[in-house]
Amino acid sequence: MAPDVADWLTVSPQGLYLPTADAWIDPARPMARAIITHGHSDHARGGHGEVLATAETLAIMAERYGAQPGGRPLAHGEAVNLGGVRVSLHPAGHVLGSAQVRLERDGAVVVVSGDYKRSADPTCAPFEPVPCDIFVTEATFALPVFRHPPAEAEVARALAVLAANPERCLLIGAYALGKAQRVVALLRAAGHDAPVYLHGAMLKLMALYQQLGVELGDLRPAAGMPAEALRGHVVMAPPSALADRWSRRLPDPITAMASGWMRVRARARQRGAELPLVISDHADWDELTATVLELRPKALWVTHGREDALVHWCSMHQITARALHLVGREDEAE
Amino acid sequence: MSSLSGFSALLAGLSFAGGRNAKLKLIADWLVATPDPDRGWGLAALTGGLDLPGVKPALIRALIEERVDPLLFRLSYDYVGDLAETVSLLWEPRRGDEAPGLADVVERLGRLSRGDGPAVLAGLLDRLDESGRYALLKLATGNLRAGAGARLARLGFAQAFGLAVDDVEELWHGISPPYAELFRWAEGKSDRPDLSTRPLFHPFMLAHALEAPEELDVAAYSAEWKWDGIRAMAVRVAGEARLYSRDGNDISRMFPEVTSALCADAVLDGELLVRGDGAVGSFNALQQRLGRKTVSAAMLEQFPVFLRCYDLLFDGCEDVRQLPLMERRARLADVVRGMDPAWFDLSPDLEAGSLQALAALRAAPPDPAIEGLMLKRRDSAYVAGRRAGLWYKWKRDAMTADCVLMYAQRGHGKRSSFYSDFTFGAWAADGALLPVGKAYFGFTDAELKWLDQWVRTHTTNRFGPVREVEKALVLEVAFDSIAASTRHKSGLAMRFPRIARIRTDKPAAQADTVEGLRRQAG
Repeated sequence: MAPDVADWLTVSPQGLYLPTADAWIDPARPMARAIITHGHSDHARGGHGEVLATAETLAIMAERYGAQPGGRPLAHGEAVNLGGVRVSLHPAGHVLGSAQVRLERDGAVVVVSGDYKRSADPTCAPFEPVPCDIFVTEATFALPVFRHPPAEAEVARALAVLAANPERCLLIGAYALGKAQRVVALLRAAGHDAPVYLHGAMLKLMALYQQLGVELGDLRPAAGMPAEALRGHVVMAPPSALADRWSRRLPDPITAMASGWMRVRARARQRGAELPLVISDHADWDELTATVLELRPKALWVTHGREDALVHWCSMHQITARALHLVGREDEAE
Repeated sequence: MSSLSGFSALLAGLSFAGGRNAKLKLIADWLVATPDPDRGWGLAALTGGLDLPGVKPALIRALIEERVDPLLFRLSYDYVGDLAETVSLLWEPRRGDEAPGLADVVERLGRLSRGDGPAVLAGLLDRLDESGRYALLKLATGNLRAGAGARLARLGFAQAFGLAVDDVEELWHGISPPYAELFRWAEGKSDRPDLSTRPLFHPFMLAHALEAPEELDVAAYSAEWKWDGIRAMAVRVAGEARLYSRDGNDISRMFPEVTSALCADAVLDGELLVRGDGAVGSFNALQQRLGRKTVSAAMLEQFPVFLRCYDLLFDGCEDVRQLPLMERRARLADVVRGMDPAWFDLSPDLEAGSLQALAALRAAPPDPAIEGLMLKRRDSAYVAGRRAGLWYKWKRDAMTADCVLMYAQRGHGKRSSFYSDFTFGAWAADGALLPVGKAYFGFTDAELKWLDQWVRTHTTNRFGPVREVEKALVLEVAFDSIAASTRHKSGLAMRFPRIARIRTDKPAAQADTVEGLRRQAG
């Protein structure tokens, strides 16, 4: 039996709330006090009073929403007491600064994982399994059709296509926070040392990652580059720019899209991706189910995504599970 | 490359390639690089010419449900929207044997029996990677939909070997897969195959929609009614008769009375119509005859079909396709005069000297089986496909109705994960909303996103992949015609319904009534 935590942790469509601390986790609207798992905009919003998050997440929020005067950095593993609840953050392996929130009171432990993945990512600390009574998980890719191949192999495939078409450029669409930096880091790890050219919307977060110590090599703005000079090179842009007028300046681009959704052909076609790259910052089916089996929580709470499938799988494995039906979570941008 | 992987890579490339030229190049390159007979089987698969017994989807479901929990499979299928893809993603191979080749796969599928089907298919799936499994299952279910139509595949073939596509089209229907003699000729290793003594299908001449009537040089065009039936080609060579559908399928056995009544060697282009009281019956009546392998005497009696002829391709064994339309029409009149009028008649020329006269004819056709006008250049030769400026169709303006959205279902293919199939209704006298039709096109991509979002936020009930929604959204539905039918509870069915506009400005209570629509059905 999972412990009853209703006195100090409540669930509503607006999110997870700690009443004794008057604190929300990843609230969708500005609140007096917020605990933020990571910098993606469906988890981190501007305008909160006090903000508890990792220093990296606070830096990302400052970059996106302006200075965060209420920012209260918390290192991984460091604990604070909020209204009688012991709160600490632990790496989630999702993007730089991403954290799981561990909550403990009266011997009961709840871990709110935020978004996470288990596969290696050179741009952030790896997921740390934290023993708990209740594990709150995402379910973005919670269907057995979602099995992400090794990201290194996907990047190698993209570089091979570029090598075979040196007169073209490789335009990779990737989410501007996390995915884009990871793809650049993977390109570097694969030995691609040439400059990588960036869409304007990517410049600031790339620079921030570099300031925070992530090696990304030679990055340059694509703006103002003559098409000739981009032949044979990699250009990174947010997904929305792939089919936009912006990409017309490029020399016959090989349009690639890096996302876990690329596993499904129809989704790749919807994106207009000529070269779908299955690279995800979310746990795939095997990672989700392995994590649940590893932690063996007394109860699993599922926040957003394909919760039906994960809840059903849990029932097959005698694990108590429920879907929370939170609003405002967007998994489409992955 | 002899394994299936080359072909599955082609399929993947075709489904992601941006433009037509990119697709043509993929097909052409693959045809040049792949040996016989694999490339012939692949070409047959792309052009819909692969005649395999066809593995039923139920068999594939049964196979996967032995390995994957049925509910997890169903949720996955609901998300992915394509059975072959879902299973190819879910399947976990058990053995590492060498992957089978395309010809090998086609041969095994070709002699699949009901008893050994599951074992053979599972054995093949175990030897393939994900994209290979996808290709195999697409072949097995006979539903390739590769992102390249038959015409594009033939263009790719012509491009691969530097041939004129018309030349390829002409021979195409006379040679069967894996097209060994076609490849020999294409590679210059043998003469052009002689098919003149066989009753073959010839590619149809097609029309463009008339976009700018005011720019039409009316004097240069002849006008006919556009009949709402089934385009068909009646072919008789050396006494042997066939009837072909628009895509070249042999439908002789579906319409034996027409086929056997063809009493002279000729190739006729026309419209299959069903006789109703007085004139021509509705398309619904004609539909009763479609898709039936054998036709009962009662069906022949109840729904008699005839061919309304409008063009002549061969007069006896003389190819007249290069003659101007008006000369072909004169010869056609002679040929049809010699046939039994119960089965063959002539689509008449219409007299209209001006655009105004044409518009008047189009606005008030004398028969409900007419869906507009055909305008054909008087001096046009009969050429395959759609050519600019030669033939135009000028359809009647669509009818519209304001209906209320009732149910939405997730789409397939590129719409998978979007709610894109919409069932809508009209108000009955007792205040109930009754379904009158279902539409899955007409909207823009942006409107689809909007509709999808609306459905998700206004769901009142779920039935598997179907969501029932609040009866609050009015859709302006355009359709070509409406007729009595038992398909929907309202007793009405629309032809070609599509979403013309989303009417957020209109309250649902003000949508149309079943009674009002019934009056339109006449």
